[in-house]
Amino acid sequence: MEKLYTFLKYTFITLWTVFIVAPFLWAVSTSFKDFQSVNSKVTYIPWLDFEPTLEGWRVLVKSPARGGVDIVEPYFNSIFVTCTASLVSIVLGTLAAYALSRFTFKAGFVRNNDITFFFISQRIMPPIVLSIPFFIFLSTIGLLDSLLGLVVVYIVLLMPIAVWIMVDFFNRVPKELDETALIDGCNPYQAFYKVVLPNSIPGLIVAGMFCIIFGWIDFFFAFILTFTEVQLLPVKVVALNSSITPWWSLSASALISVAPLIIVAFVVERYLSKGNLSGALK
Amino acid sequence: MNFKHKFVFLFPGLFVLIGILIFPIIFTIRLSLSGWNSYTPEMNFIGITNYIRLFTDDPRFWESFFRLSFLSVSTVILQYIIGFALALMVWKEIKFKRFFRVIFLIPMMTTPVIMTVIWRTFFHESLGPVNDLLGHIGIGPILWLSDPVIAKFTVIIVEVWQWTPFMFLLLLAGLLSLPKEPFLAAAIDGASPFRKFVYVTFPLMAPISIGAIIIRLIEASKIMDTVFVLTSGGPGTATETSSFYIYIKGLREFQMGYAATLSFTYLVIMIISLTIIAKVLTKLMIKE
Repeated sequence: MEKLYTFLKYTFITLWTVFIVAPFLWAVSTSFKDFQSVNSKVTYIPWLDFEPTLEGWRVLVKSPARGGVDIVEPYFNSIFVTCTASLVSIVLGTLAAYALSRFTFKAGFVRNNDITFFFISQRIMPPIVLSIPFFIFLSTIGLLDSLLGLVVVYIVLLMPIAVWIMVDFFNRVPKELDETALIDGCNPYQAFYKVVLPNSIPGLIVAGMFCIIFGWIDFFFAFILTFTEVQLLPVKVVALNSSITPWWSLSASALISVAPLIIVAFVVERYLSKGNLSGALK
Repeated sequence: MNFKHKFVFLFPGLFVLIGILIFPIIFTIRLSLSGWNSYTPEMNFIGITNYIRLFTDDPRFWESFFRLSFLSVSTVILQYIIGFALALMVWKEIKFKRFFRVIFLIPMMTTPVIMTVIWRTFFHESLGPVNDLLGHIGIGPILWLSDPVIAKFTVIIVEVWQWTPFMFLLLLAGLLSLPKEPFLAAAIDGASPFRKFVYVTFPLMAPISIGAIIIRLIEASKIMDTVFVLTSGGPGTATETSSFYIYIKGLREFQMGYAATLSFTYLVIMIISLTIIAKVLTKLMIKE
């Protein structure tokens, strides 16, 4: 019985791992193919099935004028938008979360929980519902097709995540900590900045990672709200998809776009294993 | 504590959020009462004509809504079962524990649209590896993307691949934070692994499970990226979800007014149904 369970367990884990890895392996293999090896028949293993070429990767560093795909600029745009919006969301979200965790708010029937729920509920809003008004809103204030416009929109996307994680985190940071600081003569801001914040670094890192993930992977807003001036990475890669199957450069650019966040998986796992994440995510 | 400090902490975030959102929401409501389209791009007032049209003369929206319900509920159930199983498996010591944990997390770190572009080549009906490999064992070419029924399952497969890691992460973080005593007690009683799961692990995990399911349902109800790239709602309207239908009405056909009506109705339905689901799940899973 025990043996059967172990056997089933490892079979399942192995199958799932294969399922997860399969598209990546396929993309890696495809990125080294040329027209012939994509279109004649399905090929898998370089040298054995097809002669690998670096064409797919070379296209990425060529200038657009010479048939290249300019992926560098969208890359930096994506990094800028994601990081700026995450930073703003974390700062504002952490402050709000601290307030919601430590103080009591009362306004009519509105209590702390309702305010927290208001923050988090913004995630329910389907992007499409917001995108049309945002489109008109941003074009009125002249921020359509600009990095700043996207940052503004992404704050709505990311602040709920920051609040969600930080409220739970602060609830688990003992209240005695700030109380002691206040007795020692700190004002509330110093107590927050000098005592609570340094003790919340794991929570901040988890919140930061989640903001970065959800900022980096967003496609729809970038797709609707930008055209030519500014392009973000996902939009650029999807635009390649619509042209006629140059699967090699498509795969290469896809791989290079998803690569940086895979490092995040290692960081998340570290925190998970150290037990820091459990507090931050419950 | 001093009265005004709490507002200094809360208000910047709250006001930024409200400031950014207030216009879009009011605007959507106002727009939904107008006949704004590509012929008359202006904010006229036509009352509830759009709403009447939606409730009496637009089966396509309701179909897309039921399709969305089917897709999101079935993907979330699959993600929950698989994510829970995986979390249980790498919870305790196993070989290469940390390696598997990292692997299981990776898909949620990847951009859905970009991975869907890869999936599209993966499921390509004549040049993709899936049909090729199946062909070798004698299973005829499956129309992954062009058969109305199978295309739905293709979307589900991709969604499960993409988002099971999130469920896995939330559940594993939950498992790792459980108190040790109930498990010790169960071990002393000599409970079998199965009974231990049913009577100890699962009840302890119920609140976390509900949280994880609700969060995933919220995110799944926004399925859009995958559909957009994988099938563009097709074949026909076989994989068209509410968001995608609103997108077509609003930003392809420029029936802005009507799209706003759809948006607003959709939002209200989502909030109501998610609240009900949360209540029902809490009743079902937490026994007093």
